[in-house]
Amino acid sequence: MTRRTRLRLFAGSATGLGALLLWAMAGLPDFGHYSGAYGRILNAAAPPERHVSSVVAAVVFDYRGFDTLGEEFILFTSVMGVALLLREVRGDQVHRRDRVQSDAVRLVGVAFAPLLLVIGLYVVAHGYITPGGGFQGGVVLAAAFALLYVAGEYRAYRRLTPAFAVDFAEGTGAGGYAVVGIVSMLLGSAYLHNFGPLGTSGTLASGGSIAFLNIATALEVGAAFVLLFTEFLEEVEVSRRSGG
Amino acid sequence: MSYLPYALAVWIFLVGLYGVVSSKSLVHLVVCLNVTQSSTYVLLLAIGYVERGTAPVFADVPTGTRAVDPVVQALTLTDIVVSVTVAALLLALSIDVQKRNRTVDPDELHAMRG
Repeated sequence: MTRRTRLRLFAGSATGLGALLLWAMAGLPDFGHYSGAYGRILNAAAPPERHVSSVVAAVVFDYRGFDTLGEEFILFTSVMGVALLLREVRGDQVHRRDRVQSDAVRLVGVAFAPLLLVIGLYVVAHGYITPGGGFQGGVVLAAAFALLYVAGEYRAYRRLTPAFAVDFAEGTGAGGYAVVGIVSMLLGSAYLHNFGPLGTSGTLASGGSIAFLNIATALEVGAAFVLLFTEFLEEVEVSRRSGG
Repeated sequence: MSYLPYALAVWIFLVGLYGVVSSKSLVHLVVCLNVTQSSTYVLLLAIGYVERGTAPVFADVPTGTRAVDPVVQALTLTDIVVSVTVAALLLALSIDVQKRNRTVDPDELHAMRG
């Protein structure tokens, strides 16, 4: 099919699809007048029932915990796919020269990386109290390592993220989430049903098993992003070298 | 005006789809696919919005305060992270295509090759 025919076909079908979608949207409740019961009930029930203040975290790691397990494995599978496609036998990369020569850039990067790491840990740890949690915090944690690379500290980046450790964290995060579900079953309730002492609302010791699922997710997401960074960065190195 | 956010979601969806159809590079295509996907976030969050509602986090407001729907927010947040990794997988596939065929233009990729 030529480009022109394809675009014509798209123009026709997109007009139809757009009209159908707009028609469907017109049947939705007015913006701001949502009347679904599920969210309303959760907003009222989750804080007293689970002793957490972030209902979003309660939905992700508790009420819809099984759904999140599926999402985790989509993430796991696609990261493994990237590793399978891009990981190959590469030479020892540790001895290459860093491209960034500016001391100021290095200093800022090295100074801010630990800070970002602490912010990441904070976002993870307080996930069920304030907005945040394993998904968001995991990405921030990975960004702390990426910052080292940006600052030109490639050797430090590779030394802090050895492949075996990243792979181990990735697997432990994904597996750990599933194992928490099995622990619920061993304790005599349904898979991924909340267990453990609920603790005091507003403190880190609250929410029962939400905390474990939160940490497992942070580990998996953080490791997944570090793994992605490493694979793509190595790819750039290899192609730069072969391309001159 | 009360349907504007929904119309916005439709618009983002169609714009992204146009990008996918008219794409001349697989990298561009992956980015457009992400744009298409982000329309679902707008739609989900627009549906869950409650007028004058706060975030569904009751850390500094009492439980029972009028808040937006937490379920759609949970769906959106997991989806954002997952969509990034899926995009990474697609980009890795694009790198593979470039290595095998020396091109990332979908129009020049005619047949599957083993």
